[in-house]
Amino acid sequence: MHELSLLENVREILESHAQSQNFAKVTRVTLEIGKLSCVEPEALRFGFDVVMQGSLAEGAELVITEASGIGLCRQCGRQSVIETLYDPCAECGCPYVDVVQGAEMKIKDLIVI
Amino acid sequence: MLSQGHHHHQHDHSHDEPDAGRLVRIEQELLGKNNAYAMQNRAYFKEHNIFVLNLVSSPGAGKTTLLVETIKTLKDRIPIAVIEGDQQTEHDADRIRATGTPAVQINTGRACHLDAHGIGHAVMDLGAQDNSLLAIENVGNLVCPSSFDLGEAHKVVVLSVTEGDDKPLKYPDMFHAADLMLINKTDLLPYVDFDIERCIDYARRVNPDIQIIRLSSTQGENFSAWTDWLLAQMQALA
Repeated sequence: MHELSLLENVREILESHAQSQNFAKVTRVTLEIGKLSCVEPEALRFGFDVVMQGSLAEGAELVITEASGIGLCRQCGRQSVIETLYDPCAECGCPYVDVVQGAEMKIKDLIVI
Repeated sequence: MLSQGHHHHQHDHSHDEPDAGRLVRIEQELLGKNNAYAMQNRAYFKEHNIFVLNLVSSPGAGKTTLLVETIKTLKDRIPIAVIEGDQQTEHDADRIRATGTPAVQINTGRACHLDAHGIGHAVMDLGAQDNSLLAIENVGNLVCPSSFDLGEAHKVVVLSVTEGDDKPLKYPDMFHAADLMLINKTDLLPYVDFDIERCIDYARRVNPDIQIIRLSSTQGENFSAWTDWLLAQMQALA
């Protein structure tokens, strides 16, 4: 369950911005989670309220945007959508594909008061 | 600093409704803090010429036995130190210390992985020597440790033939993150239903660049391929 450690990082990051960005409460947190990252959005949703309790983001809404996976084929050089780290190139079927998008695990933005 | 109580237009906010709050763009990696500690560790390792491996696997793949045999083979040639990660007990560190090699045990408690901050402290406790090998044996877990950079030169994933040959597809993140896969316990191949070629094919689909060595730590089969790899990597770094 490293989703809990990740949520603790979310809490630390938003607390670290509270002073410099002059806010006292966070009402919405938007995360970007790539489809090929090893994080389960459902587990983040499950833990979010608990981890944010007693923080600036207690009761905040959690929005997760999922970045799709994109692979670059080593054979034909074209990009295609991949659902897993082992999907072949959708263009030519070559099994060797490098990930160019989908590994993201980021806080994108906050709505604050 | 911004003045208290009023919104000014230089703020990055999306609209002017006072109760709706304002938008603050963050664009920060969730693992940013761990990655910063990992960079510090990596700089320290480089400065002191310490070659660091992060050994990962499921529980029972044979990481500790692999390390004990590696130490026996190499300890007269290079200084070695070990950081052991487990949720509980000093058992693994005790096994390493029995070879005369310094070892620090990190008990992660409920956590399922080691992180770069804990490694930084363990390295100080250990007093790792310059020009040495530092092996980090991660918590037995093929999922979480894949995300946490510790500052190592390479992640090495150990997969034993008593597990399924489809583990690289079932736990792709770890095989994607590793530079080397050791297929361990090959002496047991006659007794188990493990298709080694299929396993290699799966691992390459997840990570076309992954290097692969098959070996048996207990029987010594092809063990020198692993220690040769290790010495060659250290030489390339020095």
